[in-house]
Amino acid sequence: MLPEQQQTSWLQRLHIDPPLFLALLAISVVSLFTVYSASGESIAMTERQVIRVGAAFVAMFVIAQIPLDSVQRWSLPIFSVGLVLLVAVLLVGESSKGAQRWLNLGVATIQPSELMKLAVPMAIAWFIAEQGMPPTLTRLAGAFLLLIIPVLMIANQPDLGTSLLIACSGIFVLFLAGMSWRLIGFFAVAIGSFIPVLWMFLMRDYQRQRVLTFLDPERDPLGAGYQIIQSKIAIGSGGIEGKGWLQGTQSQLEFLPERHTDFIFSVFSEEFGLLGVVGLFALYGFIIFRGMIIAMRAQRVYQKLLAGSLTLTFFIYVMVNVGMVSGLLPVVGVPLPLISYGGTSMVTLFAGFGLLMAIATNRRLVHA
Amino acid sequence: MRRRRTTIRDHHAESALFGRRVVVALVIVVSVFMILLANMYQLQVKQFETFQTRSNDNRIKVVPLAPNRGLIYDRNGKLLAENIPVLSLEVVPERVEDLTQTLTDLSNLLGLTQEQLDQFERNRKRERRFEQVILLDQMSEAQAARFAARQHEFPGVSIEARLVRYYPYGEALTHALGYVAKINQRDVQRLKEQGINANYAATRTIGKLGVEGYYEEQLHGTVGYQQIEVDIHGRQLRTLEIEPPIPGQDLVLEIDIELQLQAQKILGEQRGTIIVMDPEDGGILAMVSQPSYDPNWFAQGISVEQYRGLLNSRHSPLLNRATQGGYPPASTIKPQLAVVGLEEGTITRDSQVWDPGWFQIKGVNHKYRDWLSWGHGWVNVDTAIIESCDTFYYDLALKLGIDTISEHMYQYGFGELTGIDIGEESPAVMPSRGWKRARFNQPWYAGETVSIGIGQSYWTVTPMQLAVATAVMVNRGGRPVPRLLGAIQDAGIELPAVIEQKPPVQLRNPEHWDIALDGMEKVVSSIKGTAHKAFKGADYTSAGKTGTAQVRSIGQDEEYNAEEIAERYRDNAMYVGYAPAENPEVVIVITAENVIGGGGSVAAPMARELLDFYFAAQQPEETVAANAP
Repeated sequence: MLPEQQQTSWLQRLHIDPPLFLALLAISVVSLFTVYSASGESIAMTERQVIRVGAAFVAMFVIAQIPLDSVQRWSLPIFSVGLVLLVAVLLVGESSKGAQRWLNLGVATIQPSELMKLAVPMAIAWFIAEQGMPPTLTRLAGAFLLLIIPVLMIANQPDLGTSLLIACSGIFVLFLAGMSWRLIGFFAVAIGSFIPVLWMFLMRDYQRQRVLTFLDPERDPLGAGYQIIQSKIAIGSGGIEGKGWLQGTQSQLEFLPERHTDFIFSVFSEEFGLLGVVGLFALYGFIIFRGMIIAMRAQRVYQKLLAGSLTLTFFIYVMVNVGMVSGLLPVVGVPLPLISYGGTSMVTLFAGFGLLMAIATNRRLVHA
Repeated sequence: MRRRRTTIRDHHAESALFGRRVVVALVIVVSVFMILLANMYQLQVKQFETFQTRSNDNRIKVVPLAPNRGLIYDRNGKLLAENIPVLSLEVVPERVEDLTQTLTDLSNLLGLTQEQLDQFERNRKRERRFEQVILLDQMSEAQAARFAARQHEFPGVSIEARLVRYYPYGEALTHALGYVAKINQRDVQRLKEQGINANYAATRTIGKLGVEGYYEEQLHGTVGYQQIEVDIHGRQLRTLEIEPPIPGQDLVLEIDIELQLQAQKILGEQRGTIIVMDPEDGGILAMVSQPSYDPNWFAQGISVEQYRGLLNSRHSPLLNRATQGGYPPASTIKPQLAVVGLEEGTITRDSQVWDPGWFQIKGVNHKYRDWLSWGHGWVNVDTAIIESCDTFYYDLALKLGIDTISEHMYQYGFGELTGIDIGEESPAVMPSRGWKRARFNQPWYAGETVSIGIGQSYWTVTPMQLAVATAVMVNRGGRPVPRLLGAIQDAGIELPAVIEQKPPVQLRNPEHWDIALDGMEKVVSSIKGTAHKAFKGADYTSAGKTGTAQVRSIGQDEEYNAEEIAERYRDNAMYVGYAPAENPEVVIVITAENVIGGGGSVAAPMARELLDFYFAAQQPEETVAANAP
């Protein structure tokens, strides 16, 4: 072992990974500036975002202190509690905007699907780590069962975006655990051949319409295509250098819908241009690489799988949001992680980074 | 790859497998970022200009600014057409969520009538050129106050201050000034064809008739533009650039509004026309056509009901009688006929005709009556004008023949447009053989030539043509083009109107003018003159010619009794004249339709009254001038 690994700095004792921490800090600053601009220079909204980021950092710090052995041991119980809560949502949940996602606990309203974003990869990683890598077919079958139940329940709320992201987090665990390429190929073909069936028999007219609009937004420039057209205008008109902070006409003049939440990337691109985008991608890339390095360096299978899955799920968030606002993917309502204005998902995200920090610092402590 | 399972975990094998999978994942991550970046490059670099344009299209609204229409003054600087600010209630339908509900609410608040709501519906369909549709043309102060207090409840509805055309003298000047009215589909079509549609981008009204129509180009001005930054709600945030509109040019007319009002007063309810013209340059000092109507109705948006009323009125108020009315000239053209007879050598100063009270063509039984049933006795050209002897002119016309008469009369301007600077003009009819052939496919009869001698038969003239023909006499041949415009004012510089002349009437012997003019003077001055009574005691000299036109032919032995026959079959009374007799300043033409009486008893007194007014108005100025050191 290298000598530096013998040392334990105060940062390690606090369970903080400096490179990841600095990158998260940098991107949070970017978020605050962008939210300030996208909210129409609203001090109140920016303050609220500051508070959220602060709370998220605290949550990350707290979770990073939890001993990983306990986390691993409690994976299944937490998952089980999550399932119970999902059932409760189904029975006594509160509806909003046509979806039943919230649970009123008297003191607070919670969204169990957010908990499952962490609980599902934890449970599946635990299940696979019990046996070791690569998983046997029976293990895989069991893992699929663990995955499919919460995914279907959340999809049924309906919250298709979240359920797909959770499905991804589970699949990433299995992929990283060494699920055989043949099996991966089989599923790819199965899903591929399912798409025409989906299109022909399962999709409703309005859903087909939405897909067609995605393929050609100009079909419906005032309706469903409006958002994506305005978003592309915002991005494209930013050019290489951007219009400057607070100078984006598409966003400042409110032509861009959902500009401080799902479409905040368009605001960023309009005001900071391609150069800003390259910088932002570099930050995201750095976080993802750092996450994967943490996963590689982790000693235990459970830690490797959890760290890898959380990191890749984070990547999926970025990919889906950027792809969506720049017209490569259909509009599904996924915020840009760490940048978009909004509370719950940000706390979940930082909780995940808390786990990553715990894994990053745990390894060294073990060997100290 | 199958792995052997052992109870003791193979950490290195697991790490290696995991590492390989991480590498695959990272390759995918990097590839996806490359794709995303390539797409951003496509949008922000390759398609930058397209999106920049679309972004600007989003935020920049180009708003045309209507120029202020030029004002119109009379010759003494009195304002005849002005622009007054009014408050109008305007709706941007796209910004109103529930139009029906909004209209109902506004109706309750402001007390709109069903007709106003219908009109709004029509405007909305018609005025696609504008975002804003006018709901209420002119709001009362009370309505404006009531709306202002609750404006926040009506997004998309606002009070706008606009300038609308206002004619302070109302119906007194309608037939001269014309009016402006809403631009309709035909106007748009015409503007497009002329390629000046863009200049009207912000203009809602256009000159339709009279001076307003004829000088539309000068009066309108040039449209301005304003680039405004707007947000998605259409709220105007700031002006980026402004190119102010250039106001239209002001017009100064030859009209003297005091004289015009006096002329209108003199005609009163009487249908007919009065024209006062400067014979030298054709400047129109007064031009009245009664009945008239209020041009402000059109300028401010006429209702269907009002318009239908005007259109269907039995007395055709929409007709500009001064330039479109075709009247039989009757005896008013006798001086010109006398000149033609003298020129052609058909008569001389001394030739005489015996008038027994009627005229007969040799071998034909039909009697052409003289207005004086017992006859004028022996008449020469002088007395024939003074007493308006018909028989003399029956004889003269028959001797001249229709071809000679019409050929000469064209030179005086009969049968063709005078060229006055308004669009509403009729050439009336100067009959000829060719005309009758074309019109009725019939040959010309000698009997018809006889009636031409006293300005009847097919011959019709407009009062404006009579004014021109009288000016030709006064000018001894010079034929002016009548003209309402005196000067154009452009940014303080006054450009006088171009004075036009048509080819003059040239006589072999100019003394023939004197014979006819002498006759016209004696119509007023001689005790036997038909206008003598009317002008008795005037403190200025004048000359003229009366005329009494039949509007229906009277049977051979029928007695004409004005009191008993239907009003519309009564005679028209006419008078043409000029004053002062020796140095004419003005030509005057009077026509009064369907009167009891004739030119001498009805029309000439009107001319007297107006000329009295004209010279009285000049008196003070002359006194001041005389008293000056």
